[in-house]
Amino acid sequence: MAVSNLANEFDRLVQKARAERSKLGAVRDQVVQALYCEAQQIAGRVVKTEEKKRDLDRIIDNIVTSKIFGYPLMLALLSVVLWLTISGANRPSALLADLLFGFEHKLTSFFRWVGAPAWLHGVLVSGMYRCLAWVVSVMLPPMAIFFPLFTFLEDLGYLPRVAFNLDQLFKKAGAHGKQVLTMCMGLGCNAAGVIACRIIESPRERLIAILTNNFMPCNGRFPTLIAMAVVFLGVLSGGAHSLVAAALVAGAVVFGVLVTLAVSWTLSKTLLKGVPSTFTLELPPYRLPKIGPLLVRSVLDRTLFVLMRAVAVAAPAGALTWLLANLRVGDLSILAHLAGWLQGFGHAIGLDGFIVLAFILGLPANETVIPILIMGYLAQGMMVEPDSIDALRAVLVNQGWTWLTAVNMMLFSLLHFPCATTLLTIRKETQSPKWTVLAAVLPTGVAILVCFGLTQLVRALGLV
Amino acid sequence: MGLTAQSTGLYAFLEELRRSTVPADAVVALAGNPNTGKSTVFNALTGLNQHTGNWPGKTVVLAKGSYRHQDKNITLVDLPGTYSLLANSADEQVARDFICFGKPDTTVVVADATCLERNLNLVLQVLEITPKTVLCVNLVDEAKRKRITVDYPALARNLGIPVIPTAAREKTGLAELKEAIHQVAFGRQSNQPKRIVYPERLEAAIGRIQEEVERLFPGQFNSRWVALRLLDGDASLIQEIRNYLGKVPAGLAGASGFNFSPLGSN
Repeated sequence: MAVSNLANEFDRLVQKARAERSKLGAVRDQVVQALYCEAQQIAGRVVKTEEKKRDLDRIIDNIVTSKIFGYPLMLALLSVVLWLTISGANRPSALLADLLFGFEHKLTSFFRWVGAPAWLHGVLVSGMYRCLAWVVSVMLPPMAIFFPLFTFLEDLGYLPRVAFNLDQLFKKAGAHGKQVLTMCMGLGCNAAGVIACRIIESPRERLIAILTNNFMPCNGRFPTLIAMAVVFLGVLSGGAHSLVAAALVAGAVVFGVLVTLAVSWTLSKTLLKGVPSTFTLELPPYRLPKIGPLLVRSVLDRTLFVLMRAVAVAAPAGALTWLLANLRVGDLSILAHLAGWLQGFGHAIGLDGFIVLAFILGLPANETVIPILIMGYLAQGMMVEPDSIDALRAVLVNQGWTWLTAVNMMLFSLLHFPCATTLLTIRKETQSPKWTVLAAVLPTGVAILVCFGLTQLVRALGLV
Repeated sequence: MGLTAQSTGLYAFLEELRRSTVPADAVVALAGNPNTGKSTVFNALTGLNQHTGNWPGKTVVLAKGSYRHQDKNITLVDLPGTYSLLANSADEQVARDFICFGKPDTTVVVADATCLERNLNLVLQVLEITPKTVLCVNLVDEAKRKRITVDYPALARNLGIPVIPTAAREKTGLAELKEAIHQVAFGRQSNQPKRIVYPERLEAAIGRIQEEVERLFPGQFNSRWVALRLLDGDASLIQEIRNYLGKVPAGLAGASGFNFSPLGSN
């Protein structure tokens, strides 16, 4: 029998096995079940454990991953984390802002004292320093609370349970259950989330996870979401600001998950067709995290890392924006010209030209969107320092903002194109300019669609 | 025989193994779940005699090392840590291909004594491929601390293979492990491993396909396991068998079956 003959015979055998399989039902399930059954029986016979903890783990798992309590518990935990972040960050944020903007006056006096030209003071102090001060005072406190809490849940062993709970949903969307873990990373930083997609082996499912990671708001966008929620929407309800704001931000995250599922489903039905693959997910034993190392890791590795990155981008972005806002062509600043061009488009999706421009200029880092926006607004003549939430609110109302603008700002921030760092990471991970472009175009399309739809609906109903 | 484009991967790695400076008297594969101290066992057995080899075409790096036991050179290959061999990932595929097509003289599965049940899944899957298996139950010190006791003789009886408890970090149980490997690798002990029994209809189908596998590849693979994988429609295994066929030197493929020993041991 020659080799080619053997190969032919083998192919025939494969066909035969295929025919048999169609009569057998799910072979893989039967195999896996028999294996698990046997393993359980043998372990039951030879292993004796006096340990109570494992039983306790099992009891906790039965609740945490149960059909009834699983989802509410996840939502509750998400809300609690966000509430702690928002209410806890309020005061330190205000203090930091006082401190940093107070120092700006000192800087200004110093520049006057040495007789520096006005443009130098503008670029360095009003542009660079103010943008930095904003980024630090708005971002640092929430991150210093959010990251330790997140790391706590991670070390506790809760995140794999979240993946376990959501696995079914993701499977239905044609995606991989491990995508949930990459999304959790995305809550910290989308670039990190995209890298985390390496844990997904199937290229098809990895691409889906990479392309949709952006729908998880990263720490650069959380401040925007929180600011919008607190500034505008929280106020509507009177007293319990931080509670309502937390619920709104939690709602935004849930909406991000829903969009992820919808887009994943669409992708797996169109561009990236295929069947979701099975995988083994280890549910590690619950461990009470050690607080010391946890703080070191979450504050040094995550908080400061993200903050330094934001600062590195915010400084040049601040200077550039100041220049754009202060260099005049005709009787308007360049910024105002650009915003003017974008006004029609911005208005159609319930934003305005300045907001759209801020998102575009914020491409290097999402953290800078609000500082750029405020600089754009303030350069139009109203000199208020946005050192408090109320002042910020006053600025925005002055620009004709309504609750709809704030909602659209949240939605657009949640859904729009990822930052430049994330795009570069996607380029590296996919080795393909085509997928990188899609990773920018796809979310932006979704963002425009959602904001446009909502705005037209609300306007048609006369709610604004 | 030259390497065809298809046959990189496993065979390139095996070729490299064969060319290593110290001829191996036996090749031993080290499998196991992640986080079982598999690498610690590997390091404890091989000491500084280690190299890493690339698995061409896949981003999987395999470490190999060697040690001497009773005047025999044993080459140890550290497979990627996996939970199963159902080839859901590149790692699992590499581990499976090595155990199935690399035909190691012994496969050692390293298991975690503190969560034996989870680890037994992989052990049972390895046993479906090869009886020449030794179970190394590692981290027994940690299990003792957690007040978990394992009846090792009973486990050995249940599985039908040697079971060696070790605490590789403390370097205990390693001499026994080396001896057990020696016994299995040089045929001084033949195992009667536990066989998983599947539902009746599946068993009947396995029987029918197994017959043909045996006819096509007499004595080359575990025909029962290959039959089961074919029934599962395991595309990656089917592809790997095609690669394997591509490697067969035409002249040797007689009706009696070819004696193709890819490791070229001895």
